[in-house]
Amino acid sequence: MIPLEGGIDLGPLLPEHLSELIAGFVLFVIIFVVVWKFVVPRFEETYAERTAEIAGGIEKAEAAQAEAAAALAEYKAQLAEARAEGAKIREDAKAQGAAAAAEIREAAAADAERLVANARAQIQAERAAVVAALRGEIGGLATQLAGRIVGESLDDDERARRTVDLFLTELEAQPAEKA
Amino acid sequence: MPGLIGLLIPLEWTACAAEESHSEGFAPGVASFCARPLFPELGEQFSWLNNVLAQAVIGTILVIAFWLWVSSRQKVVPGKRQFFGELAYNFIRNGIARDMLGHDYRKFLPYLVALFSFILVNNLFGQFFVFMFPTFSKIGYAWALAALTFLLYNGVGIYKHGFLKYLKNNTIPAGVPAWIYPLIVPLEFLSNFVIRPITLGLRLFANLFGGHLVILVFVVGGTLLLTTTEELAGKPIWLLQTAGGFSLVFSFALFALELFVSVMQAYIFTVLTAQYVATALADEH
Repeated sequence: MIPLEGGIDLGPLLPEHLSELIAGFVLFVIIFVVVWKFVVPRFEETYAERTAEIAGGIEKAEAAQAEAAAALAEYKAQLAEARAEGAKIREDAKAQGAAAAAEIREAAAADAERLVANARAQIQAERAAVVAALRGEIGGLATQLAGRIVGESLDDDERARRTVDLFLTELEAQPAEKA
Repeated sequence: MPGLIGLLIPLEWTACAAEESHSEGFAPGVASFCARPLFPELGEQFSWLNNVLAQAVIGTILVIAFWLWVSSRQKVVPGKRQFFGELAYNFIRNGIARDMLGHDYRKFLPYLVALFSFILVNNLFGQFFVFMFPTFSKIGYAWALAALTFLLYNGVGIYKHGFLKYLKNNTIPAGVPAWIYPLIVPLEFLSNFVIRPITLGLRLFANLFGGHLVILVFVVGGTLLLTTTEELAGKPIWLLQTAGGFSLVFSFALFALELFVSVMQAYIFTVLTAQYVATALADEH
């Protein structure tokens, strides 16, 4: 070892060879340049890519979420619309049903009325016929009865019918007055 | 430069070798750290082509090969190889550079990555076969890195603040009354510009030098004791051999400790470099 000028032996604290210093310097600089030019840029590039990809993924996920939310809103709107439509259809059906029922009822009422009217007319006609028939019969009977009571044959038909008619008119007028 | 080396090296080489010849047998000592020339037949002019240089070069090749290997063909989704590389890279990037340097860390990342990996590999040479010698127990290598760090942190400090402001930042701490300047300024100057690079180099060197020496003592001394055939200082042979056995077994623990120290020193050197750069860049000391 080289003693210093003062005579202190620094021992292993001084480089044995100057080459150690130079070698250490040069070798380290070589490593540094390689790491600087190739290694760090490659790693950082990958990291940047990864960050970008993750950020992109998050964006994509956000977009998907927004899309899903929009779809949900749309479905809800559609559902509400369908519900409203259904309600409307039900309402309409109810109204229609009511109208139909009213119509049927009306028709039935009209039928019933017509039937009643028919019946009434028939009754009227029958009554008229009966009245006519009765009138003739009762006239005959009455005449016969009167003839028998009077005991004489009434030749004068004209007179006899007038008498009967008069009698019947009176007879007819009586219950009407009473009612 | 070759002329200068030629002038210096013979002196140094003979000095070291002479000391080695004085030591008895192969007892471990300072001379155990003398470099062995690869081509002794070429003469002392080429004694700088020694085993330490060879392992430093191999270490450099290994470090470069490792980084190029793990960083080649990178994918966004890493495979095993890339994952391992990222683990190592992130340890320095996030664990040291970003923690110490904040948002400026990217600029100094190559330096720190190179520093950590170069020191780590060369330190581990002290524990692994083939070499069994930590490169940085030759102080020249440690001085080289310490000098580079010294240049780096002063360089970036001067580049950012200008020479005078940088000098002021690093010699006058903020908030110190003026009457104490005569005391504090020389101290701060000494601390920041002299002590820092020296301790940086010495710390690395001394840890590996001392660690390697202790291992040598336990392994070489243990072997000597175990294979002893004559009594030593009145102790019986069986006692010496038992002691030798124990010392060999204990050397395993020391190897483990040295393994830890190797990693630790690489880490400390890198962290301190980052720390010094951060201080140099800081606006207020």
